[in-house]
Amino acid sequence: MHDTAIALVQLGAVFFGLGLLGKMAWRIGISPIPLYLIGGLAFGQGGLVPLHGIEDFSHISSEIGVILLLLLLGLEYSAAELMTGLKRSWTAGLVDIVLNAAPGAIAALVLGWGPVGALAMAGVTYISSSGIIAKVLGDLGRLGNRETPVVLSVLVFEDLAMAVYLPILTAVLAGVSFLGGLSAVGISLAAITVVLVVALKFGRYVSAVVDSPDPEVFLLKLLGAALLVAGVASQLQVSAAVGAFLLGIAISGSTAENATRMLEPLRDLFAAMFFVVFGLNTDPASIPPVLGLAVALAVATTLTKVATGWWAARRQGIGRLGRARAGAALVARGEFSIVIASLTVASGAVDGQLAALATAYVLLMAVLGPVAARVVEPLARLVRKRGAEPVAA
Amino acid sequence: MNVEVTPLPGIGTRQDFMIRAGRRIGVITHRDGKFELIVSRKDDPDDCSASIALSPAEAGTLAGLLGAPQLVAHLEEQHRDVAGISTRQFPIVPGSRFDGRTLGETELRSRTGASIVAVVRAGSVHPSPRPDFLFEGGDLVVVVGTADGLAKTTEILGG
Repeated sequence: MHDTAIALVQLGAVFFGLGLLGKMAWRIGISPIPLYLIGGLAFGQGGLVPLHGIEDFSHISSEIGVILLLLLLGLEYSAAELMTGLKRSWTAGLVDIVLNAAPGAIAALVLGWGPVGALAMAGVTYISSSGIIAKVLGDLGRLGNRETPVVLSVLVFEDLAMAVYLPILTAVLAGVSFLGGLSAVGISLAAITVVLVVALKFGRYVSAVVDSPDPEVFLLKLLGAALLVAGVASQLQVSAAVGAFLLGIAISGSTAENATRMLEPLRDLFAAMFFVVFGLNTDPASIPPVLGLAVALAVATTLTKVATGWWAARRQGIGRLGRARAGAALVARGEFSIVIASLTVASGAVDGQLAALATAYVLLMAVLGPVAARVVEPLARLVRKRGAEPVAA
Repeated sequence: MNVEVTPLPGIGTRQDFMIRAGRRIGVITHRDGKFELIVSRKDDPDDCSASIALSPAEAGTLAGLLGAPQLVAHLEEQHRDVAGISTRQFPIVPGSRFDGRTLGETELRSRTGASIVAVVRAGSVHPSPRPDFLFEGGDLVVVVGTADGLAKTTEILGG
């Protein structure tokens, strides 16, 4: 009993503390993700107070956190939206990949982490945080803006790219041969195609299987299906997260809306735990040595994301201010960079410093993203004014 | 009117159009049933100077307010052949004399010769209201009558 009491107190303290951090974060207008990471760093390995007795729970709940993160990401899109998004944004999507994966890959190669490390870091710097970006766009009242669909379709493309990238990364991390890697790619591409076709043609049947008018039954079936699919996917060497993502896409219509509403608080709870556990497993002492590099990477990839957004918005005939807004909106990195880093670290196939670099990088980018989205407009107006003055005088 | 429909993946749909004043005006329909009224900036048509969140009930009310003139125009059209008869709408100001009283109490027909043909409330139209119809603040009363009758109606309902 005594052990249970201690575990409950610790868990309670962790959740309550996260609640306070989250409240503080949104009040000052940034994402709570960096604060959760810092919270995790403060405790655990090499931190102030080590936590005991809740490792099992925190480990499994952080796994559930990742599954829910990707399930809800999949639920956000219908297959039809993914297809139109893909058709409209594939050029911008490719520019996005080239410009933003390159800095991470180059940094990893320079540090001597090899091609596997380069693949992982490419993902970390490439993927924007759709969670942070959607929230910021809503908060700033930009959903009606003309450049917003451009931003959203780039995000859709990135999410699809994730569905292809994660299984490849998992396969490569597992140390499979070149041929094995190719077959993993083949399997994941085939799985995605099948799911998209199923979702487009038979989405309502998948929805009907999990749907129920009774909230309790609905929640149990939904969560059960997600964990089952995730478990099977992870057994098949396709990552658990990807399985959940594909299930999310296959569920559509009002079922998806109800599911989102029901699972959102659960996701926020477990995802917060995921960030804490990632922080817990990272030694804070490993951060300072990579801080300079993280800052350099942050500066470089802020510029490349702005360039991506600028280019994509310009193609849609958006004015200069709108292009700047689109670019700045895309800057935030967050949950998925950490998902990639945690997959990489868990495999043990890559230098341990990668976790430290990814943590420091996301700490910077999750704060910088919302700030950039906010200040870009006054900044752009200022620049325009400065530029115009000498002409006027 | 050329209404542009733009899907917003993961959020909903944006429907907007250019008005003569050079601004984009429109509505975002969120997946969860909420609405947002958007008005673009004058100096930057890509940006929104206002995006106002509306509940379904609020959106319905706004639609009713904007829709009432439509109803009046429609009735006007119907009465065009009848010389000397026209249609007009009168708001019942909250807290005014008839807020909370019945249609019969206005004695409009006997005093002016004009008749109340419809009441628009919270976005829905109540056609041919009966004498026991209870007015509420915010109602729009649609009246048909002669110019003289409508002038008198203004005096009665306006007070």
